[in-house]
Amino acid sequence: MAYHEDLRRMIGLSKGEISPIDVYNLLPRTNCERCGEKSCMAFASKLVNREATIEGCPPLLQKEYEEAYKKLWQLLKPPVKEITIGTGERPVKIGGQFVMYRHKLAYFNPTAIAIDVTDELPHNELLKRVKEVEGFSYTYLGQELKLNLIAVRSTSNDPVKFGMTVKKIAENTNLPLVLCSFDPSVLEAGLKAIPEKRPLIHAATKDNWKDMAELALTYKCPLALSAPNDVKFLRSMTKALMEYGVKDLALDPGTLPSEGLKDTLNNFTMLRRISCEERDELLGFPLIGTPIIAWAEHDQEPEVAKWKEAYIASMLITRYADLLIMHSTDGWVLLPITILRQNLYTDPRKPSAVKPGLRIFGEPDENSPVMFTTNFALTYYTVASDIESSDISNKCYLLVIDSEGIGVQSAAARSRMVRKGGLTAESVAKAMRETEIEEKVKHRTLIIPGLAAHLSGEIEDLTGWKVLIGPSGSSEIPKFLEEHWYGKKGS
Amino acid sequence: MGEEEGKKAVIKFGPKLLEFLSKFGEIELEHVDIEVGDLEIVLQPAAVVVAPPELVAPPPKVKPTEILEVPFTPPIMEYLGQIVEVKLGATKGEGGTRGTSIVIGGEKSPAFYTFESLPPHAPVVACDVFDMKIPLPKPLKMHIEDVMEDPAAWAKHCVDKFGADMITLQLTSINPQTKDTSPKEAAKIVEEVLQAVDVPLAVGGCGDPEKDLAVFEKVTEVAEGERLMISSVSPYMDIKRTAETIKKYGHVALALTGMDMNEARELNHKLYDILPREQIVMDTATASLGYGLEFTFTLMERVRLAALMGDYELQHPMASGVTNAWFAREAWKKMAPDWEPRELRGPLWETMTALTGLLAGVDYFMMMHPLAVKTVKDVIEKLMGKGAGKLEEIDWHIMRI
Repeated sequence: MAYHEDLRRMIGLSKGEISPIDVYNLLPRTNCERCGEKSCMAFASKLVNREATIEGCPPLLQKEYEEAYKKLWQLLKPPVKEITIGTGERPVKIGGQFVMYRHKLAYFNPTAIAIDVTDELPHNELLKRVKEVEGFSYTYLGQELKLNLIAVRSTSNDPVKFGMTVKKIAENTNLPLVLCSFDPSVLEAGLKAIPEKRPLIHAATKDNWKDMAELALTYKCPLALSAPNDVKFLRSMTKALMEYGVKDLALDPGTLPSEGLKDTLNNFTMLRRISCEERDELLGFPLIGTPIIAWAEHDQEPEVAKWKEAYIASMLITRYADLLIMHSTDGWVLLPITILRQNLYTDPRKPSAVKPGLRIFGEPDENSPVMFTTNFALTYYTVASDIESSDISNKCYLLVIDSEGIGVQSAAARSRMVRKGGLTAESVAKAMRETEIEEKVKHRTLIIPGLAAHLSGEIEDLTGWKVLIGPSGSSEIPKFLEEHWYGKKGS
Repeated sequence: MGEEEGKKAVIKFGPKLLEFLSKFGEIELEHVDIEVGDLEIVLQPAAVVVAPPELVAPPPKVKPTEILEVPFTPPIMEYLGQIVEVKLGATKGEGGTRGTSIVIGGEKSPAFYTFESLPPHAPVVACDVFDMKIPLPKPLKMHIEDVMEDPAAWAKHCVDKFGADMITLQLTSINPQTKDTSPKEAAKIVEEVLQAVDVPLAVGGCGDPEKDLAVFEKVTEVAEGERLMISSVSPYMDIKRTAETIKKYGHVALALTGMDMNEARELNHKLYDILPREQIVMDTATASLGYGLEFTFTLMERVRLAALMGDYELQHPMASGVTNAWFAREAWKKMAPDWEPRELRGPLWETMTALTGLLAGVDYFMMMHPLAVKTVKDVIEKLMGKGAGKLEEIDWHIMRI
């Protein structure tokens, strides 16, 4: 038996490396079902997969199980500590990561994005910017993509100005704040303005760390540590601050401009590996990236700064940043960034399929078109949103075919990829039978995706319906229906 | 499992683990008991339990007054495997006519873990050139409109103006459903492009298994010795015949599979019957940002990690069809003013799709937009470079924007 491996497993490296039995042994083992599971073993499995927390077991919270509770907490806690910024309606959690590679479990707490303001912005501009950040929203696959925090920078270095700015912001938004200054007296003015709001302090450095530690303790705030390109010093500093009694830390290893991109990626990667794979608690804290440094060069067009900031942000999202501080508020910058974040933080364990069957859009009648798509979630949501985008198309029947969750979407990329999965003429015919679509419409014409054109003959043979080959991209559906269904219907 | 009581052993821990368990002196670590069971050992950390957040340990008696240096060891790992090196293109001395040949692969660490090792060869950015005018979104089309009718001019434009390291010539017109260009005609187009540029070339088919093979047989023959990358060999083709013609005339195969690790292994395994490993590049399919990029990214990352851990059949350089980024509607579509201009949004979409792949281990990028091409090349150069060296202090706290 490899002791080393088993020890790694024991200390909860990642899913599959803690056995549910280890967890089960620490549970009450009474199968009381108060957690909602049939047995303690089932609950143990959920805990190992991070689908439940130990607090879900009421008996564990009682005095007699205190010892077991502590052991379980130790066994199951994430190697990257979860830190909460803010209070109230929209607190932001960062960190809480278990694994370096998402296929080993999943990433949790999607990278929070903070947008900066300064204490020298005129009142109106300040409020406008805050509202802009708060109002950012894009609906993607049924989810709202949002920005998460406001980072307040003291460019004035004036405590009074900073305090007033922070107060003004807090009065106008419930987004949590990051207070940015290396000057403890400036920072304290900001903290005094919002004593109960738990902002993140950015940042303690080698010069100000004691003062910042006192502030973090006094105002019960999480504290960021800044040590640009010096992971070794970051580790020493973390130790000192933990000994000082500050427990909620976040690490800023520096986002370096230009040639420093290489060091930046190295630092983020080393930190995540040391915490997740070596379980080093000194470095087991969320990581902060600052793509805002792209704005440091003076002789560049704003578009160039935005472009750089965007791609640096994307690389830091891929390489483990738990919080990003940015300046751009342009939609063209933030849309791909928030979508990338959503993509990489999708739980790879969740099925990427929707339920097959019949979907009804609007109020179709017996003359309304019948179309089909596959049950790969991405494909389905894309098609559904396109159908809903127009009154012409938002009145139809859509058959969702069980393609075993495999996407025509990746197939849509290149026709040469269309070839796999359960999307066959038989599966289409089966779905038509099972949904009794014949009872719902008078006509016998099925519109099929352009990318499934090769199935048309077979579908006609199997179902007796006439096939009309639709567009290759679902965004063309409204136009297609207008021309080919309502224009010269079925002929 | 049986309960084994009383069988206790004291285990020696490594320094890192000790440190973790002792939690920096707040809790005394005297010894750790391990109960040895049949199948697993159970940690009995009574002495080392860290209080959960609700039961925070009392504040330390003495606050530290200075930062004492603690050791830091870069987390360097040993890997059993290495990616094979594949040479693309051949110079006159090597039997071809290219001005230069390019080697990809050879990595000994995950993508740009340069604290472990620098990749021996920089990843390559190739531009897609189509052999017929195809419908393209405006932000893409505006940069190549003048050359779209002539693949040779298009290729030259990509090399001269966009700085493409290589050209991927997509023989879209051979599709029997559309123009059905004959193998002989297609081979002629390849020759024209070979004459127009002196960078190495990859040649793509249309996705029809029979037609692609017929065209590849002709193309490999007329370009004998040029070490083209033939894009692609898929499980749906006559693998043996395709590999044979690639081998006979000295080219390289791009093995394309769906997003499935086993399928990729199987295809490479079949190719080994005919082709040396140094003539195989792999492609596990690329989905766009927003339309399945997470599957692409995670599969590539898994493939590369498995290869480094010793999975022989996955130890090949990876190629990625980044141009697919443009199939995302958000990349090209005209949207509300808040999300414009699409002339920047589109190429950023392509750039991010590429950079995500770069960090998963892609060695060969098939791209289109000049700004995306430039950015990716620029990032690669930075990552292959010396790093920051001396740190230039930027205090963004007080920076005036």
